[in-house]
Amino acid sequence: MIEVRIHGRGGQGAVIASKLLASAIFSEGKYVQCFPAIGVERRGAPVAAFLRVDDRFIYLRTDIAEPDHVVVLDQRLIVVAPVTEGLKPNGIILINSARSARSFSSLQGYRVYTIDANQIAGDHGLGSETAPIVNTVMAAAFLKVSQLATIEGLCKAIEDEVPIKRQANIAASNQAYARMQAFVGTAMKGEAGE
Amino acid sequence: MSERKVIMGNHAVSYGVKLARVQVISAYPITPQTQVVEMLSEMCADAVLAAKFLKVESEHSALAAVIGAATLGVRTFTATSAQGLALMHELVHWSAGSRLPLVMADVNRAMAPGWSIWPDQLDALSQRDTGWLQLYCESNQEILDLTLLAYRLAESLSMPVMVVYDAFVLSHTSEPVEIPDQSEVDAYLPALASRTKLDLKTPAAFGGLTSPEYYFEFRYMMQQAHDRALVLMDEIGAEFGRRFGRNYGALETIDCDDAELILVTAGASSSTTRVVVQERRRRGQNIGIVKLRLFRPFPVDAIRRVLRKARRVAVIDRNLSVGCGGIFAQEIRAALCDLSDRPEILGYVAGLGGRDITLALLNALIDDALERKAEEGYLVFWGLKEETLYVER
Repeated sequence: MIEVRIHGRGGQGAVIASKLLASAIFSEGKYVQCFPAIGVERRGAPVAAFLRVDDRFIYLRTDIAEPDHVVVLDQRLIVVAPVTEGLKPNGIILINSARSARSFSSLQGYRVYTIDANQIAGDHGLGSETAPIVNTVMAAAFLKVSQLATIEGLCKAIEDEVPIKRQANIAASNQAYARMQAFVGTAMKGEAGE
Repeated sequence: MSERKVIMGNHAVSYGVKLARVQVISAYPITPQTQVVEMLSEMCADAVLAAKFLKVESEHSALAAVIGAATLGVRTFTATSAQGLALMHELVHWSAGSRLPLVMADVNRAMAPGWSIWPDQLDALSQRDTGWLQLYCESNQEILDLTLLAYRLAESLSMPVMVVYDAFVLSHTSEPVEIPDQSEVDAYLPALASRTKLDLKTPAAFGGLTSPEYYFEFRYMMQQAHDRALVLMDEIGAEFGRRFGRNYGALETIDCDDAELILVTAGASSSTTRVVVQERRRRGQNIGIVKLRLFRPFPVDAIRRVLRKARRVAVIDRNLSVGCGGIFAQEIRAALCDLSDRPEILGYVAGLGGRDITLALLNALIDDALERKAEEGYLVFWGLKEETLYVER
């Protein structure tokens, strides 16, 4: 089983990202389960959403404490949210950032990837300049690095489930998937968060 | 054609209600139930569901509205949680005594205070003596299927049925669900044909004064309806299986035939318990699960048949009747106490107010249940943070 945690801010679409990933992965033959962390969510505050993927129906209904991979929709969350908590060694951390993966020196022991999702979302008119909606872009980038489903599966999920700006979301996702730049983290042992 | 979609538990109810061709819906929003009626209101607005959606100012009014509609002989739906259900309480009794075939979804949410939106079964269990049938769900598929089955039960018996499922663990969790084809649902669930309804051409009195000469028999007939429900649940659950490929009975038993220890669960924690028990079986431990699906009526005979063979039974209650213990444990004890060869029964209370019921918690609980002295197992609080307690004087 693969477990994923998505960190975002209220309004960025972390919950929808987990749902679109689930639908995309399910449409390509795997079983899925996704759910949001429930607390006092409000716009701009740190939120989290979760995803499980397996070859069989998923009976496990607990919180996810030790994810295999983490997706971070806002790079500033790295200092305020426990993004590496419980993360398995060598897990993927995909960060929405214009910086290089190597510049996140505190995240040693993980496979760190970055993508400037704000820019891609902005280019396609998703959200506003100050509050871009990056969920579809980040979902596409995550599928590229995790290989959990194809971009076609994601585009189909967007087509079925996103209420507005479907074509812009699909175009942005395709761009993110194609342009995904990978900078693999250096250390292999999990000593992150130092 | 049926289709498979990744949907949350709340929307599984909405799809079920749509497929049941419900005619009147009334509800008041409350977390974690809101999305159920939010989606239904969209379906009504988009005219994909030909129902009248009544917005009201409270849960009490919501139940009153569907009582009114059902008295006219139409199929209805409402949904709520926790304090919302408590506010309905007077009419929960009323609707059962009126023998109305209502269906309500209750998303199990802890009673406040402490203010909580997280899962705990006490809200629904507090309504256990009202006469409503209660069905507890383990997955989103079960939520949709039991919503359909609930209408069959309710309308066959002229009794209201509550479909109960855990806040967030199911309500806000999305997973694959097969959504049946409308024509297949129509064949399973024909249009409601009420025997007695408010009708100008055949006037009748409803809810009138009932003297001691009659009241007793009315209550006895409600008990008779519940007795019939025990038989009917298995019949229409089997029919559901023939039509849709998924069988439903009052209980579900997993690996119980040779089990030394049987865990009794209800709701979503049954699902995680399966994972733990499967692993224990692999290690050669004979452990089984009895999942309670139907809680009212309480399936005493079925429970006796399956549990009497075990050496020990550990009941996992995500609820607490303060001053007594876990409510499922109490009912299991009452069902078994007349048997001379009854198993030892341990009552565990766990996961109150949404405390996560983890693999580690369940594994430790099983270890404890195998070892604990039976006389020290009447009420065991499992997963308490001892360090946060203080002694009340």
